[in-house]
Amino acid sequence: MLTQDLFEGVTPRGKMLFTAGLGALLLLPEVADSYLISILTLIFWFAYVGQAWNVMMGFAGQLSLGHALYVGLGGYGAAALYMHLGLGPWVGMLVVVPVCALVGMAIGWLGFRFGVRGVHFALLTIACAEFTRVAFDHITALGGSGGLFLPVVGGRGDDLLMLRGSPQLYYYVMLVLALLALALCRIVTRTRLGYFWLALRENPDAAAALGIPLLRVKLLAVGLSAGMTAVGGVFYAFYYNNLFPDQVFAMGRSIEILLGPIVGGIGTVFGPVLGAMILTPLGEGASLLLEALGITLPGTKQVIYGLMLVLIICFRPAGIWPWLAVKAGLVVPPGETDLREKGEAE
Amino acid sequence: MSLSLYAGTLSSGILTGLVYGLAAMGLSVIFGVVRLVNFAHGEMMVLGMFAAVVLAAAWGIDPLLSALPVAALLFVAGYGLQRGLLNRFIDRPDHQQFILLLGIAMILVNGLMMVFGPDARSTNVPYGFDAFFVGGITLDKTRVYAAGGALIVAAALYAFFRFSRTGIAIRACADNQLGAAVVGLDVKGLYAITFGIGSAVVGIAGCLLSLVIDVRPQLAADYTLLSFIIVIVGGLGSMGGALLGGVLIGVSEALAGVLIDPSRKQMVSYGLLILVLLVRPQGLLGKRG
Amino acid sequence: MSLSLTVTGLTKHFRGLRALEDVSFTVPAGKIVALIGPNGAGKTTCFNLIAGVFPPDTGRVHLAKRDVTGLRPDQLCTAGVGRTFQIVKPFAGLSVLENVLVGALHRERRVAAAREKAAEMLALLGLDPQAHRLAGSLTLPDRKRLEVAKALATQPKILLLDEVMAGLRPTETDAMVATLIGLNRSTGITILLIEHVMRAVMALAEQVIVLDQGRKLAEGTPEQVTQDPRVIETYLGHDLPEGAGA
Repeated sequence: MLTQDLFEGVTPRGKMLFTAGLGALLLLPEVADSYLISILTLIFWFAYVGQAWNVMMGFAGQLSLGHALYVGLGGYGAAALYMHLGLGPWVGMLVVVPVCALVGMAIGWLGFRFGVRGVHFALLTIACAEFTRVAFDHITALGGSGGLFLPVVGGRGDDLLMLRGSPQLYYYVMLVLALLALALCRIVTRTRLGYFWLALRENPDAAAALGIPLLRVKLLAVGLSAGMTAVGGVFYAFYYNNLFPDQVFAMGRSIEILLGPIVGGIGTVFGPVLGAMILTPLGEGASLLLEALGITLPGTKQVIYGLMLVLIICFRPAGIWPWLAVKAGLVVPPGETDLREKGEAE
Repeated sequence: MSLSLYAGTLSSGILTGLVYGLAAMGLSVIFGVVRLVNFAHGEMMVLGMFAAVVLAAAWGIDPLLSALPVAALLFVAGYGLQRGLLNRFIDRPDHQQFILLLGIAMILVNGLMMVFGPDARSTNVPYGFDAFFVGGITLDKTRVYAAGGALIVAAALYAFFRFSRTGIAIRACADNQLGAAVVGLDVKGLYAITFGIGSAVVGIAGCLLSLVIDVRPQLAADYTLLSFIIVIVGGLGSMGGALLGGVLIGVSEALAGVLIDPSRKQMVSYGLLILVLLVRPQGLLGKRG
Repeated sequence: MSLSLTVTGLTKHFRGLRALEDVSFTVPAGKIVALIGPNGAGKTTCFNLIAGVFPPDTGRVHLAKRDVTGLRPDQLCTAGVGRTFQIVKPFAGLSVLENVLVGALHRERRVAAAREKAAEMLALLGLDPQAHRLAGSLTLPDRKRLEVAKALATQPKILLLDEVMAGLRPTETDAMVATLIGLNRSTGITILLIEHVMRAVMALAEQVIVLDQGRKLAEGTPEQVTQDPRVIETYLGHDLPEGAGA
């Protein structure tokens, strides 16, 4: 029943490809080298946080350009709890996830209450993230601008509880997190709240006329999105073992987070995953290629990146996934769902 | 700290702020008319700065003079960009416009990075270390000239929108796009001119600022944000508001640099932005929509 | 299932422009009442004030005995007001069924049950063949029907319809009229409709309220109103309502 819900609208071919891909990912660490594993871990991370951002923008239609705030708060929060109180990351999450959800909802509440919307709301999210970034530069207890370093404990083997261990451990943890986020989003879009979000995204006035309390529904989207992102921040802290305000809170990180879902397909559940699968290797591939060609000019990679963005938004503005999924026969095209339902009834 | 030092800090903040205000005016004009948030604004500004640096290094042209060719160059670039690409995105959702301009911004700033590298450069004008002394206050010559230039351009911009046929047509477009189209105005053409003007203005602001600061490509994103802050603080669509917002940010940065800690000066700007967004979202001089 | 609506002294100005001035009327529970008037008479403003889009400058809105002035649109929906928009507002990226489902979810928390409710509404409005198409791809008459289906799905006790017949062919108008009358008979739902199509007004409304330049001009049965010299005067030089002169 649950899997049937999860795969609603997916063709047999789509299901098969997904299962095969997942199987390959599960077995891959047996054969892959550490470089490949690190790239895939990064892809999973971006798929995960992209999914989180997509909850707010893709489902509820609220543009955030400051999601680095929740990565940073989540990471710093869990790291501080670990270093000062000896609490592991999973326990830390119990603290930082609600905190970030509340911070997000507070920003949302302030903004929405005062009628700040659209681009102005996006600027408010940037301002809050940047404000916090500069503030963290000056919190000496957390290392300030010099950075916070988590102790690397070697030789104790893999410790899932404390999230200390080999690249394979991080690979599997991040894979599971990304899958959970995928499933969560898939389920939530089919709930009452999920439909209210979609209605809000499509037309707020019409949504209100149908009895949807806009403020509450918006805040729930921001809260879930921020809370999910915080988990990504915790993983970041324990994976890289160092945190610099200029890196985790930077606007560049906020943008990195939202590129995946936009390129992949905003408002779709698999879009953020596809976006991460395209962008991360693209960035890495460009680096390798430029290295091979002996081009060492700084900025070349970003120029290629920028060109890609312009091309994608010009030619596939709804993202690559909606187009690809139909083209490759992975999902039932929208508008033909009645055919599917008839097929199921037989 | 002595009073004259305060006065000096204050006045240099005002002078720099006027140039910031000019840059923000470019953003405000584009947003007010084309309803497009130019996320590549700081990048265009840095483009202007590098043009000034190159002209100064190659032929010793004063940035005050190179403002003219730079303005022409950026007008053409902005006009072409709006005509060729942005006009097609006018009715697209916010996030698509954002991605497009973000892509353009990345190409611009990293293109500069490829050509000039990440190191700081300056225009090295002969009067770089000269100063005016007014009633015990020391004013850097470069800063005074830059602020004067900004005021002149701002006045010209105001006159253009107030008195010229094209300027009035553009304002009509901003008030009522459909109405403007109905009476036979070429709306998309006017959009292109507006984006050209906005780009030229920020290019000039870049030239002027290159007198005062060391130029690096990495500054671009900061100036984009700075322009946003000023426009929001001053009030969208208000030209006076942009100048006022610029001065306010310039002064608060300068004062924060002396009073608190230079590295925290950005916090003051962002704090101001958050405050204005929440308390007076239409900006200080903006009208409630 | 029915609810009376009373507005008293409703006044609204936009930047000094008078949109509505001291308008009072009552829609008795279970009745169908039409609000007519030339363009710019303040009909839609009146709807927006009742539905809570913005608060009136002065005046009150009562549902039965309850004062609902200044409530938000979603609170009014909960109070039993369903409304359609003159400029239709479909959730373009969702299917027709999902559009109505959103409305049905207002009173039905379980998605599966709400889906059934939504399907019933689509059948009622004759939209079931289009159920799985994207709402953005519908023709204008179908979008008008979708507006009604969405509003009805919230199970309102009073329905505000803003020009839902505009653009319909005469046979389609008759079908919509029959649907609304049937609904009114079977559920007792109160209906207030803004309408230019006089054919529909004459067939539906037991009472007609005429607005002109933000003020109430006349009120009465359709026959009384169409013979009222002031109403005829108002419509001269304006767009004469379709079918009124014939």
